[in-house]
Amino acid sequence: MLKMPIPDADAIGRRAEIAAALRRIVPGEGVIEAPVEMRAYETDGLTAYRQLPLVVVLPETTAQVSDILRYANDHAIKVVPRGAGTSLSGGALPLADGILLGMAKFNRVLEIDYANRCAVVQPGVTNLAITKAVEHRGFYYAPDPSSQIACTIGGNVAENSGGVHCLKYGLTANNVLGIEMVLVTGKVIRLGGKHLDSEGYDLLGLMTGSEGLLGVVTEVTVRILQKPETARAVLVGFSTSEDAGTCVADIISAGIIPGGMEMMDRPAIHAAEEFVHADYPLEAQALLIVELDGPQVEVDHLITRVSEIATANRSTTLRVSTSEAERLLFWAGRKAAFPAVGRISPDYLCMDGTIPRKRLPEVLRGMSELSVKHGLRVANVFHAGDGNLHPLILFDANDADQLERAEQFGADILRLCVKVGGVLTGEHGVGIEKRDLMPEMFSETDLNQQMRVKCAFDDQGLLNPGKVFPTLHRCAELGRMHVRNGQLPFADIPRF
Amino acid sequence: MSGIARPTSETELAEIIASATGPFEIIGTGTKRGLGRPVQAAATLDMTAFSNLAIYEPEELILETGPGARLADIGTMIEAKGQQLAFEPPDYSKLLGAAHSGTIGGLVSCNLSGPRRLKAGAARDHVMGIRGVSGRGEVFKAGARVVKNVTGYDLPKLMTGSYGTLAALTSIILKVLPRPETEETVVLTGLDDMQAVHMMSLAMQSSCEVSGAAYVPGEAVYLRLEGIAPSVAYRRDALARQLATPIQVLAAKSSMAKWRAIRDCEMFVGNQERPVWKLSVTPSDAPGIVATLRMQVDCRYYFDWAGGLIWIEVPPADDASAALIRGAVKTGSATLIRASDAVRTTLEVFQPQEAALAALSARVKTSFDPNHLFNPGRMYRGV
Repeated sequence: MLKMPIPDADAIGRRAEIAAALRRIVPGEGVIEAPVEMRAYETDGLTAYRQLPLVVVLPETTAQVSDILRYANDHAIKVVPRGAGTSLSGGALPLADGILLGMAKFNRVLEIDYANRCAVVQPGVTNLAITKAVEHRGFYYAPDPSSQIACTIGGNVAENSGGVHCLKYGLTANNVLGIEMVLVTGKVIRLGGKHLDSEGYDLLGLMTGSEGLLGVVTEVTVRILQKPETARAVLVGFSTSEDAGTCVADIISAGIIPGGMEMMDRPAIHAAEEFVHADYPLEAQALLIVELDGPQVEVDHLITRVSEIATANRSTTLRVSTSEAERLLFWAGRKAAFPAVGRISPDYLCMDGTIPRKRLPEVLRGMSELSVKHGLRVANVFHAGDGNLHPLILFDANDADQLERAEQFGADILRLCVKVGGVLTGEHGVGIEKRDLMPEMFSETDLNQQMRVKCAFDDQGLLNPGKVFPTLHRCAELGRMHVRNGQLPFADIPRF
Repeated sequence: MSGIARPTSETELAEIIASATGPFEIIGTGTKRGLGRPVQAAATLDMTAFSNLAIYEPEELILETGPGARLADIGTMIEAKGQQLAFEPPDYSKLLGAAHSGTIGGLVSCNLSGPRRLKAGAARDHVMGIRGVSGRGEVFKAGARVVKNVTGYDLPKLMTGSYGTLAALTSIILKVLPRPETEETVVLTGLDDMQAVHMMSLAMQSSCEVSGAAYVPGEAVYLRLEGIAPSVAYRRDALARQLATPIQVLAAKSSMAKWRAIRDCEMFVGNQERPVWKLSVTPSDAPGIVATLRMQVDCRYYFDWAGGLIWIEVPPADDASAALIRGAVKTGSATLIRASDAVRTTLEVFQPQEAALAALSARVKTSFDPNHLFNPGRMYRGV
């Protein structure tokens, strides 16, 4: 189990005083301190970790968020921001000595501007609710994480969430035009807006995916797109993962960027088939779903080309959807892969590494060996188009040894991803889950530079501490001048 | 302290920076020196030696190169594999009077994007990783050679558009994408500014995947369609139906020439003494902004990005009409692209920031470059 920073006994001792101060900012039921009521906030999508917060506050206005953060900053109290709490990496895990700042009441769509193809929403609006608000005009919001029914746009900005369509349509970062945010000092700033480029440092890009460590988002302007005219899917089975991997590379090399391109391995195929009966080929070692979207004539053309490429790569099954119902059936198994795996195992850990696609066969072989080593089963679903793996490690959390082994197994998989030139997380975030693995990918200098950026936003380290970075440093220590050979950089030594 | 340093390795670069006694101007081939404010530094850090191509893997959609690599060379190389930089890098050499289109490092440092920006994103959306040396003389990296990654802060985006004020980059990882097989441009004539922006908005609201939407006053609205030939033909007809207006069509070759002219701001090449501004605004605000300006100054202008980008050329003046232009742009940004060194020294070239944002930007600068060694004053006075 990962360790969290030792709670500050002083803050815990001042709990009543802190709750009273928050009540002065957010009157009535907006402050929760009864343990039984705070239970709803004790964990997020990484349910192996649970912690009651010091106190929960649910503001409704930007001014309240500003007052809460200013109070916390003035009194050196930690703050954990939270949207819907669907993070798979523990990004919203509370701290025993920290205020949990819940943004759920920021749930209004403020403006839909079709002329400028954007929507202005509060951060607690769910991802799917944005699409729901604009779909009567044929529009949608492109990033579609599988938790989209529950996860909020504020959380999406914090995690830079992706989804099955991000190969073609981009991650959250590529679809957010602007935000209003509150700094830990209580200062409110706006980054971007309805225009495309803002000059100055790209703090909007930096904020996106910063996992609640830099500020609290209070408003988001997103780009909305007109839905493609049509979409069709191809379901392809292969007798080896190598063939499936080469097929993916050949599709990309042919200049085709599918709307979605997903792969499942044999255990995932079987689990999904038993659950939703999508008529997946059970003898296949790898299954590929390739979705093409756009005008009918283009989709038909691309379906033919993808089918040719699949055949050339020795596909053992090849089915093209002939109706919308059939397309949705192809997807049903993939979309239900997580709950399907949940049926065959009491618990699972979902990993999220990204690898260069061509290393897939090698990584899958490595995972099989690790599965034997740790004595736990693994099922793989994979955003094949962009190399983002989701190995699901099956275990029973009631057995402490199995949880320990599952975490070790997961860590070994991510080390393998980094070793082949990949990364620890493609879309779920570092959170606490991958925090201690950060040195596998980054040097101490790399991490210190990132922490200095954090210091530029939050010099007391109060926003979401214990997440992302494996070690906590004081900003003063990081900011100390580098002295080389006993000389300060600005000492008067002629160089040129 | 003065002179030019031309490091050839990351170690040598780090040594030079760690033992520096004063600020540097960081340059590649110097083609974008006219952008931003003139740097006040006696010493120059010439990064052209960092020009090696580390990898180009078309099937992974990734390339990694030293910042000194020429944009033209990289373009030719990936074009041979049927790929491109989807943000459509512009070439402002004629506009700014430079010798050629410059380096990848310059392109990324200035976050320059062309007409396809409205569909495919900006340069910043295609920078997947960086390596560089901070103002502390420390080598650091961020991002990776994969197109999907959220591990750690997105420092590659922060570097993009930072005009060399945060780090001396030694390596840049870019996402590449397939080139469309063909293109056509739908042309609408006889529209005023307001009607033009309305038509561009309708086109962008359609499912026709318009990859360029520009308007040249007195000339036409241009709407670009790219992809496989049958799809382009289909979308051209669909667009004509939906816009319910007569259209003309530019075939691939003339379409490419037209978009190159729009991308590179060819309309304002020539009168070098006339200042040129680039305004990034809410598209529907564009007609109102130019209407306000035209009442007060004799200007020439055109719209790109469906109205979200206004290029405007004004008569020579001490303040390059900054007060007028910034007054007319209520939200968005106004950037002075072409003006003399003297004018760019006295003015804020980039949109001035409100106090809290300016203070935050200054702290971010200091977190990378505590002694303000890199390109002092290039973006803002004191940054």
